[in-house]
Amino acid sequence: MSEQNLFKVTIDNITIDVPAGTTILQAARKIGGQVAPPAMCYYSKLEGSGGKCRTCLVEVSKGSEKDPRPMPKLVASCRTTVMDGMEVKNITSDKVIDARASVVEFLLINHPLDCPICDQAGECHLQDLSFDHGKAGTRFEFQKRTFKKHDLGKNIQLHMTRCILCYRCVFTADQLTQKRVHGILDRGDHAEIATHIEKSLDNEFIGNVIDVCPVGALTDKTFRFKNRVWFLKPMDAHRDCPTCSGRVTLWNRGDEVYRVTARKDEWGEIEDTPDGKPGWICNTCRFDTKNANDWVIEGPRAINRQSVIAQGHYQGTVGMTKPQETFGAINDGRTPHLLMDIHDESEVNKNEDYISKNNIENA
Amino acid sequence: MNLQFNDEQMTECKRLVARYPEGKQKSAVLPVLHLAQDSFGGWLSTEAMDYVAQILNIEPIEVYEVATFYSMYNLKPVGKYVFEVCQTGPCMISGSDNIIQYIQQKLSIQPGETTQDGLFTLKLVECLGACGYAPMMQVGKIYREHLTKEKVDAIIAEYTQQAAHQQ
Amino acid sequence: MGVKLLLEKAHIPGIRSYDVYRREGGYRAVEKALKEMNPESIVEEVKKSGLRGRGGAGFPAGMKWSFIAKPEGVPRHLVCNADESEPGTFKDRYLMEFLPHLLIEGLIVSSFALGSNDTYIYIRGEYAWITNILETAIDEAKANGWLGKNILGTGFDCNIHVQRGAGAYICGEETALIESLEGKRGNPRIKPPFPAIQGLWQRPTVVNNVETLAAVVPIINMGGDEYAKIGVGRSTGTKLISACGNINKPGVYEIDMTISVEDFIYSDEYCGGIANGKKLKACIPGGSSVPILPANLLLKTAKGETRYMNYESLSDGGFATGSMMGSGGFIVLDEDQCIVKNTYTLARFYRHESCGQCSPCREGTGWMEKILQKIETGKGTSSDIDLLWDIQRKIEGNTICPLGDAAAWPVAAAIRHFRDEFEWHIQHPEEAQIRNFGLQHYADPIHVPA
Repeated sequence: MSEQNLFKVTIDNITIDVPAGTTILQAARKIGGQVAPPAMCYYSKLEGSGGKCRTCLVEVSKGSEKDPRPMPKLVASCRTTVMDGMEVKNITSDKVIDARASVVEFLLINHPLDCPICDQAGECHLQDLSFDHGKAGTRFEFQKRTFKKHDLGKNIQLHMTRCILCYRCVFTADQLTQKRVHGILDRGDHAEIATHIEKSLDNEFIGNVIDVCPVGALTDKTFRFKNRVWFLKPMDAHRDCPTCSGRVTLWNRGDEVYRVTARKDEWGEIEDTPDGKPGWICNTCRFDTKNANDWVIEGPRAINRQSVIAQGHYQGTVGMTKPQETFGAINDGRTPHLLMDIHDESEVNKNEDYISKNNIENA
Repeated sequence: MNLQFNDEQMTECKRLVARYPEGKQKSAVLPVLHLAQDSFGGWLSTEAMDYVAQILNIEPIEVYEVATFYSMYNLKPVGKYVFEVCQTGPCMISGSDNIIQYIQQKLSIQPGETTQDGLFTLKLVECLGACGYAPMMQVGKIYREHLTKEKVDAIIAEYTQQAAHQQ
Repeated sequence: MGVKLLLEKAHIPGIRSYDVYRREGGYRAVEKALKEMNPESIVEEVKKSGLRGRGGAGFPAGMKWSFIAKPEGVPRHLVCNADESEPGTFKDRYLMEFLPHLLIEGLIVSSFALGSNDTYIYIRGEYAWITNILETAIDEAKANGWLGKNILGTGFDCNIHVQRGAGAYICGEETALIESLEGKRGNPRIKPPFPAIQGLWQRPTVVNNVETLAAVVPIINMGGDEYAKIGVGRSTGTKLISACGNINKPGVYEIDMTISVEDFIYSDEYCGGIANGKKLKACIPGGSSVPILPANLLLKTAKGETRYMNYESLSDGGFATGSMMGSGGFIVLDEDQCIVKNTYTLARFYRHESCGQCSPCREGTGWMEKILQKIETGKGTSSDIDLLWDIQRKIEGNTICPLGDAAAWPVAAAIRHFRDEFEWHIQHPEEAQIRNFGLQHYADPIHVPA
């Protein structure tokens, strides 16, 4: 990349040089931490995605060196390319913080509060977004929207009430599978993901819709209600797969493989394989290869994104503080009492639990 | 497949498709869906939509996505005559509420329902661009405007008679 | 009598047919444009005319045309936006229904100026009979050599196709219209890229309103400079106003933008006064999405000056005390009308028409409708008004396309100017079911600060 093709952009007072054509969001991700706006619909590996959820709105306080006028409205950072000399305010803008809180509120008014029984809980982007930008309580006093249930077959579970209509799964089916059988039907506030006639989603690679879904609308039926993600140990593993790269994350308890997903980066997106292509995984690896012996375990997976799973290894990261409380402190020195013996206490509560340990080492 | 355009409908279908450049036949999906709805009993069954997909060489889901987006496509069977009464602001201030109520009484149906004889369906719709002729409704391809109770009576009588003649 | 440029001949019997239209001087603009002018000089005339987009946004048409990209070997398209769906607006329908050849003539000239060999008219699906009228007019024009190959021996080829929509207000937004024309759901595109660069089938495209394109005919015939002399300031030429609601003479009127709002409502030439001898309460002067104004602010600006029917005067005072010209859909409400109910039906309309793509509009429009319905049916609480205000504020400016703004503005303006009526509804839920708030102070003269 020659010097001329680099644009200087300043986001939240941090200046960075990026190639022309880079979006504000991608530039902000290069800086990292909380300077990167949250993205619920944009997905860098899916062409055409973004612009819809409005969570990544930012304020452009200076358009460019040539035309320093500010942009009149907040812009979707995922779909706006940087100009040379552009100045952007993300968390340093009150307008942005206000707009983002509004979007969280809009996304939540019809979203069910079923996190306790939702398989996505713990790795849900809407939970993260609400935690960072939402407000306690709700001003919405009407009945939440419901939909007729649709069965998408043996592998994928659809909970339409949780959907935020990001369209990622539609782009995934268009760009990864041979033929798209599901889509967005109807319009407005009753638009929904469906196949129209009951069809199962079983085209090769369609399982990736689960990984791209930011919420619990599309979850893995083979993992449904089997465990909570924060009780599982993510392990990088691979196998010789004729269809995909075979590079996955196994979610284990003991020796048992509960779930197989693609490997995700700190933004929650599918990580690239060493050859630089997105590491989408095939349906066989995801749904039908749950025997630990089928995999070559590489080692524990560091979960870098902010989530419940990653709690405990986030010291020093912008905007995130490790909770100071311990069970002991909360309970006046009494030790916690297990209500249900659904997991081995030693695995979850031990200080040297090696998921955390490993991540502390990596941090 | 049982549903098929007859020769005349197929000629019209080909004319619609020919308006777009080669390879852009998907553009014809809206007009061809109109044609299918008119040809196959006033509504679009899954079979009809699949047929349109097949003619235009696109995936059925692309047709379902379109058909469910636009409000003029009926995805369930409707009566022979559909009264689509406008209820938006300008019609409302000109008295559309009374007209709607009157039609409900007269036909003994609620909005969204069809009379038992299958003749009339009442549908409440949003602005049809006839605000200066309010209150109004659309029946098939024409607008019935400046509605009064007497006019509604006459319109219902007219269609009842028309249907009787056709039988 | 004001100047008439578009509707001058609307009442001539048979003007819908080619023969009469031609006999009355029709297609002179095509002759002049194709034989005596070139695309650049046509764009220049339109720029000089000061013509502003008549669909609602009021963007200068000549400037819009000059943005179109001209990459080598890529076809360009002109698309006529006939998806007239803004409540209160029915002017394009009138123009197409009675003067189809005026639109066709404007389209040929504009297609020549933009280099569009295949031009599309996207008409709202409900205007089914007008589709037939337009197709007949196109056939007539073609039979007489105004369309098709090598028009007037100039080597210019042009065909016009009419595509019916199927019931979606959102397709009046130009990128949603393009999506629909491509056979997709009417989801507005995220801009940039703008249609002038990548529009229909990713080709450079200009989308203009029916009235805008029809106005090109008088502009070519009389010259841009002469056209610009009509009207006032940046409101040049004539504008079609569709007047409806509680007036004696609802209809489509052509005005030259120097007439006062008061004259427009009360003179016999136009609306003919409020129907049934009632008093004027409020008016939405530019289609349902623009701010509603109480009678006092409608007839006079906050400064106490006469308000005129043009872009600048109608927006005098900004949203605090003014409104907008918009699409020219002039909705008049008399003393018996309920602002809460009117606002509720409009909120219901925007909820129904939201495409559902972006979160603030999809969720916010439905929420506003629910709260307004609650107030209207006598179940409102005092915090509802502030909540409504907050929701509309959070939609405005944060959506992909202007539908979010269009949904937010009517609610904002209703609360801004009629808050006491909302409060009365909440405080007197039972009374509000049997009678309306009435006129109260809305017709009082404006207090002019010294």
